[in-house]
Amino acid sequence: MATEALHQSPPETWTPLFGRLTWDWIPYHEPILVGTFAAVALGGLAVLILMTYFRLWGPFWRDWVTTIDHKKIGIMYMALGFIMFVRGFADAIMMRAQQAMAAGGAEGYLPPHHFDQVFTAHGVIMIFFVAMAFITGIMNYVMPLQIGARDVAFPFLNNFSFWMTVAGAILVNLSLFVGEFARVGWLAFPPLSGASFSTGPGMDYYLWSLQIAGIGTTLSGINMVATILKMRAPGMRLFDMPIFAWTTLCTNFLIVAAFPVLTATLTMLTLDRYIGTHFFTNDMGGNAMMYVNLIWIWGHPEVYILILPIFGVFSEIVATFSGKPIFGYKTMVWATACIMVLSFVVWLHHFFTMGSGANVNAFFGITTMIIAVPTGVKVFNWIFTMYKGSVRLETPMLWTIGFIVTFTIGGMTGVLLAVPPVDFQLHNTLFLIAHFHNVIIGGVVFGVYAAVSYWWPKAFGFKLDDTWMRRSFWLWFVGFYFAFMPLYALGLMGVTRRMNAYMDTAWQIYFIVAVFGAVLILGGIACGFIGGFVSVKNRKALACGPDPWNARTLDWATQSPVAPYNFPEDVQVTGRDMFWKMKQDGFKWSGHYHDIHMPKSTSSGFVLAVMATIFGFAMIWYIWWLAIVSFLGCVAYGIAHTFNYDRDFYIPAKDVEATEAKDALA
Amino acid sequence: MTMIDTPMTGPIKGPEGPEHHPDHHPDHAHHASPTPIGFWIYLMSDCIIFGTLFATYAVLGNSFAGGPGPKDLFEPGFVFLETAFLLFSSITFGMGMLRADKGDVDGLLKWLGITAVFGLLFIGMELYEFRHLIHIGAGPDRSAFLSSFFLLVGTHGLHVTFGLVWMATLAAQLKWKGGLNESNTRRLGTLSMFWHFLDLIWIGVFSFVYLVRLV
Repeated sequence: MATEALHQSPPETWTPLFGRLTWDWIPYHEPILVGTFAAVALGGLAVLILMTYFRLWGPFWRDWVTTIDHKKIGIMYMALGFIMFVRGFADAIMMRAQQAMAAGGAEGYLPPHHFDQVFTAHGVIMIFFVAMAFITGIMNYVMPLQIGARDVAFPFLNNFSFWMTVAGAILVNLSLFVGEFARVGWLAFPPLSGASFSTGPGMDYYLWSLQIAGIGTTLSGINMVATILKMRAPGMRLFDMPIFAWTTLCTNFLIVAAFPVLTATLTMLTLDRYIGTHFFTNDMGGNAMMYVNLIWIWGHPEVYILILPIFGVFSEIVATFSGKPIFGYKTMVWATACIMVLSFVVWLHHFFTMGSGANVNAFFGITTMIIAVPTGVKVFNWIFTMYKGSVRLETPMLWTIGFIVTFTIGGMTGVLLAVPPVDFQLHNTLFLIAHFHNVIIGGVVFGVYAAVSYWWPKAFGFKLDDTWMRRSFWLWFVGFYFAFMPLYALGLMGVTRRMNAYMDTAWQIYFIVAVFGAVLILGGIACGFIGGFVSVKNRKALACGPDPWNARTLDWATQSPVAPYNFPEDVQVTGRDMFWKMKQDGFKWSGHYHDIHMPKSTSSGFVLAVMATIFGFAMIWYIWWLAIVSFLGCVAYGIAHTFNYDRDFYIPAKDVEATEAKDALA
Repeated sequence: MTMIDTPMTGPIKGPEGPEHHPDHHPDHAHHASPTPIGFWIYLMSDCIIFGTLFATYAVLGNSFAGGPGPKDLFEPGFVFLETAFLLFSSITFGMGMLRADKGDVDGLLKWLGITAVFGLLFIGMELYEFRHLIHIGAGPDRSAFLSSFFLLVGTHGLHVTFGLVWMATLAAQLKWKGGLNESNTRRLGTLSMFWHFLDLIWIGVFSFVYLVRLV
């Protein structure tokens, strides 16, 4: 495959002005890409025209681009996540369609070099720009509200982190229309991803987009840990925090501890490719297996980074809709903490086949199985929370129950894979693919839908359309089983992952069932978006108060949508489920408000991210002069930003009073 | 990391302006600035980057690929002097902090200047060493050992360079943007943490990269 792909790449030429970028790198001979480009261009043009027509550029710049409000940044992360989700899902359904067609000598419609880019892009996008964007968005929106804070600890940094993530996402999408993307799988193992076997800009798109987005992720992790440690409402001890705040804390500890490893590892691979070092090369003492170890030392904590906040989401939802405090609060916290620690001692289970010997494999197999224990504690806690509760089956609760069932199945296939001899059979087969989609879709994706339907009324002041969201759930739920159960069966038959075509026609029926499942999921996604539009249209009818679910935590003590300052005055926290307590005591704000100190919006984060995008693009295409200019621009702008001391303002007490009074009338 | 010290929603300051004592306003007066702890967390994450590079050096440090090894390349006297410059710069930074405690901006700037000279001497020596190694054919592309050596030492050197740029910026701010006001004092505190942290990392580099390989 690699040779054919190399064959198709334009010849390497370099000019001082444009580096190695030539017209040959614009894929106008690929009908699929031309069609995609036309659709994206027309869509983009329509958005530009509409925004100009409705004079939305000013508000967009003032209220969104430059905002340092954690709630708006959270919403923008969610928007980024959903946009990238569409892209990632398009990749997915393309692969499913290809594999349903390409049996017994048929070639399908995707040539190998394109298919390889599609599966690489699918993995990279879904993990880094969909799942990460979603969980960062939810944490951003919800966590400060839950701990009774005005904002995160470093509001400007939050804005900067978001735009750096967008910069990475833009580079990934740019690779569709300018050049190509990597053909190496989502973790880009060398030597395939090294300079000798991945020529062309695809691999460099991968490296620079992940490095730039990774800066945003690390800084956002630091920000949220500092927020939880320093910004809690008066009286709130750590063990008074809602479970979601706890899982946010643990997740961000993991981000701070794991992402630096990714940064260092990708830097080494970059140096191998750019200046000819020998970290992971086959010759001169390089060690490719060191990359595999390092990348999984980041990669395994990464999957817990994705799932822990989602565990928190389900904990909040299950308590609210069962009308009970969460069962086993402390065990929930300790289970989260155990998972956080254990996630660092299991990485080798991703490559038992490396051949480190029976004892090493046994160690990592056992640590992996041990993780199932705290996870099991959580599952039982959710079930016992529902037990004898007055359970209301609203949509967030549907997703929760769907999650508990699906995730448990995925967890059990994970324990199967943790047995080294079994793994030797199943390594790199579709069984593995089915397993991790089972936990990521059943966990993270279901959790994101649950979180969106749960907190949407808080963010916008009206509920989501119930009918469409239920349709979305059922199509997703059923579609998931159709799409991935056949892959378990195929994996047990020995079908390896990432195959463009295969000879055995007996497999084809399974792939056809899987593509049917993917179409059902497409329906689920469509219903979700339709539900969103219908709800916005009917927002008057769907309008609800600040506490539509009769919830338990402080986030629901605010107005819906939440005022810029979150809480008009400090909440004195005296225990867990504080809002529930407040409601029992007949909660009302005092009405004697003070001026509220707030950070000012700034365009610095956006400007720096724009320059970082240009820098990444210049490095990818070897346009050295542009790389130097944009890098110096970043440094100079960053320094200039520190000379701005005018960063805060006050919301006068009478404005707070007016805002709160308006809410009381509504 | 200078951008981390954005004012937060932390200590509420009265409408009179930032110099007003926060205790008079109950709203959110309980929050101390989150900058020190935020910066500590950043330093820990940076420490993990260095940890990864140390581990890489440990794995690849004997992969000479037929090329030169530590005993052929490193000169103890040279590295000792380099180390002395950096360690002295930590002491002089400490002297500057003592002046800052007394509110003596001029004294602080003087000591920061001396610190910067030591830092520049350190960076100069490192660049000289790198240039020399590349010149004799022992560049980062010669072997995996040299790749890991250049990356670990070079990453530390980049941090020191960044620290020097930060120091120059902060010196300008101390001189022309309000002396030891709240923001600048906070920034000085974080820069001080950063500078001592780099010293600590260098002690690891000196011990594991140079010293034990020369014994």
